Amino acid sequence: MEVLDLVLFEPVRGILDAPLFFVEVLIGGLMSGVMYALVALGFVLIFKASGVFNFAQGSMVLFAALFFVGFMDAGVPMWLAFLLTLAVMVVLAFAVERMVLRPLVNQPAITLFMATIGITFFLDGLGQAIWGSDVRRLDVGIPEDPIIVADIFINQFDLFAAVICGTLVAVLALFFQYTPTGRALRAVADDHQAAMSVGIPLSTVWTIVWVVAGIVGLVAGIMWGAKLGVQFNLSLIALKALPALILGGLTSVPGAIVGGLVIGAGEKVAEVFWGEVLGGAIEDWFAYVLAMVFLLIRPEGLFGEKIIERV
Amino acid sequence: MSTVEQRSAAVARRREIGEVVLAVENVELRFGGVTALADVSFDVRRGEIRAIIGPNGAGKSSMLNVINGFYQPQQGTIVWKGRRLRRMRPHFAAKSGIARTFQNIALFRGMTTLDNIMTGRILKMRASLLEQAVYFGRARREELEHRAFVEKIIDFLEIQHIRTTPVGKLPYGLQKRVELARALAMEPELLLLDEPMAGMNLEEKEDMVRFILDVNEEFGTTVILIEHDMGVVMDISDRVVVLDHGRLLADGTPDEVSRDPRVIEAYLGVVHD
Amino acid sequence: MIYRETGQFKTSYAADQAVLRLREDRIGLAVILLLAYVAIPLLASEYWLSTIMLPFLIYALAALGLNILTGYAGQLSLGTGGFMATGAFAAYKLATAFPGLDFVVVLILSGAITAAVGVLFGLPSLRIKGFYLAVATLAAQFFLLWLYNKIPWFTNYSASGVISAPTRTALGIPVTGFEASVTAKYLFVLIVVTLLSLAAKNMTRLEVGRSWMAIRDMDIAAEIIGIRPLTAKLTAFAVSSFYCGIAGALWAFSHTGAVEALAFDIGVSFRVLFMIIIGGLGTILGNYLGAAFIVLLPIFLNNALLGLGMQEAVAMASHLEAMIMGALIVFFLIVEPHGLARLWQIGKEKLRKWPFPY
Repeated sequence: MEVLDLVLFEPVRGILDAPLFFVEVLIGGLMSGVMYALVALGFVLIFKASGVFNFAQGSMVLFAALFFVGFMDAGVPMWLAFLLTLAVMVVLAFAVERMVLRPLVNQPAITLFMATIGITFFLDGLGQAIWGSDVRRLDVGIPEDPIIVADIFINQFDLFAAVICGTLVAVLALFFQYTPTGRALRAVADDHQAAMSVGIPLSTVWTIVWVVAGIVGLVAGIMWGAKLGVQFNLSLIALKALPALILGGLTSVPGAIVGGLVIGAGEKVAEVFWGEVLGGAIEDWFAYVLAMVFLLIRPEGLFGEKIIERV
Repeated sequence: MSTVEQRSAAVARRREIGEVVLAVENVELRFGGVTALADVSFDVRRGEIRAIIGPNGAGKSSMLNVINGFYQPQQGTIVWKGRRLRRMRPHFAAKSGIARTFQNIALFRGMTTLDNIMTGRILKMRASLLEQAVYFGRARREELEHRAFVEKIIDFLEIQHIRTTPVGKLPYGLQKRVELARALAMEPELLLLDEPMAGMNLEEKEDMVRFILDVNEEFGTTVILIEHDMGVVMDISDRVVVLDHGRLLADGTPDEVSRDPRVIEAYLGVVHD
Repeated sequence: MIYRETGQFKTSYAADQAVLRLREDRIGLAVILLLAYVAIPLLASEYWLSTIMLPFLIYALAALGLNILTGYAGQLSLGTGGFMATGAFAAYKLATAFPGLDFVVVLILSGAITAAVGVLFGLPSLRIKGFYLAVATLAAQFFLLWLYNKIPWFTNYSASGVISAPTRTALGIPVTGFEASVTAKYLFVLIVVTLLSLAAKNMTRLEVGRSWMAIRDMDIAAEIIGIRPLTAKLTAFAVSSFYCGIAGALWAFSHTGAVEALAFDIGVSFRVLFMIIIGGLGTILGNYLGAAFIVLLPIFLNNALLGLGMQEAVAMASHLEAMIMGALIVFFLIVEPHGLARLWQIGKEKLRKWPFPY
């Protein structure tokens, strides 16, 4: 009974005793959720357009951040560093399409998934072989001091990140909805063969979508890097975008955002109010276990399309 | 094989046709707003070859899927060997003697022909995991017994030469034959064949017809057959069910059905004189 | 025509069902076993035994476990490290709670405990497939490691966090911990791996293995011939985890001598996955080839870079290792999904026809 009380009621009492603190924790969680959402967004783009579950999205974040901070440390001005890294991500997209996706076309999804695990290791190795594995500080000039709104501390940096993420989502939505390229991407997402039969070149579409995912990765990498320093751990943190994705549904952009927010807020609240009782550091697994339990209840995710099996 | 010979074979067999072994009654199957089967009833007698025909999208494959439990109908009952069932389950169907083949071959592509056919014997194997791990006692005895049985089917269907070939590498016609072999390995009482001759050339078709007739005659297996080749259907089936847009259009002997004006209209769109 | 089946007639199904059907294969295996059981213990240095042979054998065992689940049953798992840790800690708790227990019994029990844990985490596989399942197994990886790291009961409330594996005996001979000789550890691990490999070969070629492969190749058709997906998938999880658990226990007790959760992090899960992809999905031989490759690659790279006089050779070697592994994964998935084992088979095919081209 005592244990039950400790696990079930004591943390709830803690929340009720300090509602302001709870709100602060929640907002902090939502803000790191925005970061997960940024990574998850890249996953969704690629999955929608090619049906590839891109395990390497997290590594693309690290890879982009390593190049960006590397260029900046070499004295390149920020805008140029951004453009140079962009060029690197474009080259990467072409290489992936040419050397991995094209030879594996029509293979089972799980084979492509394993191939992206291979890409993950390749990118992690390559990035660090070029730029080394020390932690690098990245300062892009975003103010970090907190502002106070109605007695609640909010980190300005987090706000900034939220704005960036929102802008990115809006731009992507416009891109998908109103440009010819966006239309082609949606057509491919719907039906590969039908898209091909009306003359949409699959390989071009895939390259574009990997470029876009690379840009999203670059933005995420800059934000994560500025917050935590550019280091190998980024690749592991970005892995938490996977549960966010599962929660939201693999094919839904709004799903990626909501999933990221839920995971971010959930794990922070769990860690702060339940962590101590359970032994600490439950942030390590909370997101994954939440996703697993969720999968059992609703395999297609919050916003995903229901899969109908036919014989 | 001439048509006359086959007819007489059918006539000869008709004497062995027994009681009703399967009956579907008022089956209705919907997917969301789409009605795949509406109020369909027919029966199948032991030992007969029963054909289901109809245009594309008539609900023929859905009917087979209801019979072996892959789809659960919203309404209706299935009477199988005297048991009234609200719905069939795939495992129960397999255990109680229903085997089937698929329109788009459903073989285990990574396994050899022999292994594919051996999977048809899985329900008859009893050895525990531990016995299998050490390949001793029951595990060994069963494996050899069932191997011997499967070899008989391999001989019967004349596929000895591809025994150890992974089925993914086989040509289409042989894959169809291996799929039939796997179904036969289950020693079924009722065999559901979904377009067993689709995409075959004439020679392959003749072989397949011969195998189906042999199975039916030698083992007394009841057969439900979906087929588009009208020549084959009229030649080998005892009775024919015609489906159109999920509804039962006609039911009777090949002769009766082929004279039915509604059938002719559904098939050809216009009535010929 | 060095290697051929001509003239080797089988007169019974029993003979045709033998694991090694050809005389040449039987001779080959006998030579390998002689090497492993006699030549290597006599000739290899302690360094070789402890830094190459032991990790090789134990990784091969873990790969065997994962290959049963992923290669044969088609269920992708990224939780191998978590299951190995479960085996290691189960063995530690058993060995310290019952100090007199023979280590063979400890191993079997830890394998069984891991199998139970594996079944628990395998339950989601009934509703979800492919990468969804992979993410669910990540939950096993992170949760289990956290459990053994943070709950003091598992480490017997040790203050330091790093606990050494005690010496235990099998049939009276010390085979674990610091008091056992490296040769004894090696031979013990070798025997375990040999027996479990034979068992895996048997399972994969009989009924249970066929039902795993059927589920992998086409689960709907499998269900319709009467295979229960529930039973088939959960047996695969159980057997796979049993193997991984024993591998984890051997890693802690016979190889490193330390029981620590961090030795089984997500990196281990990936390494074992790479072994089976490079070695060959759905083959037994591939596990050894893959394990040998992944164990030898860093050693080779380290020495090569040191030989070139490179500074920071260790860090660079690990980056290069990641790149090479990543590139090879993609290469094998594209060119030869059946991995090194398939290449070996092609080689044999060539030998069969040699000296003729066809």
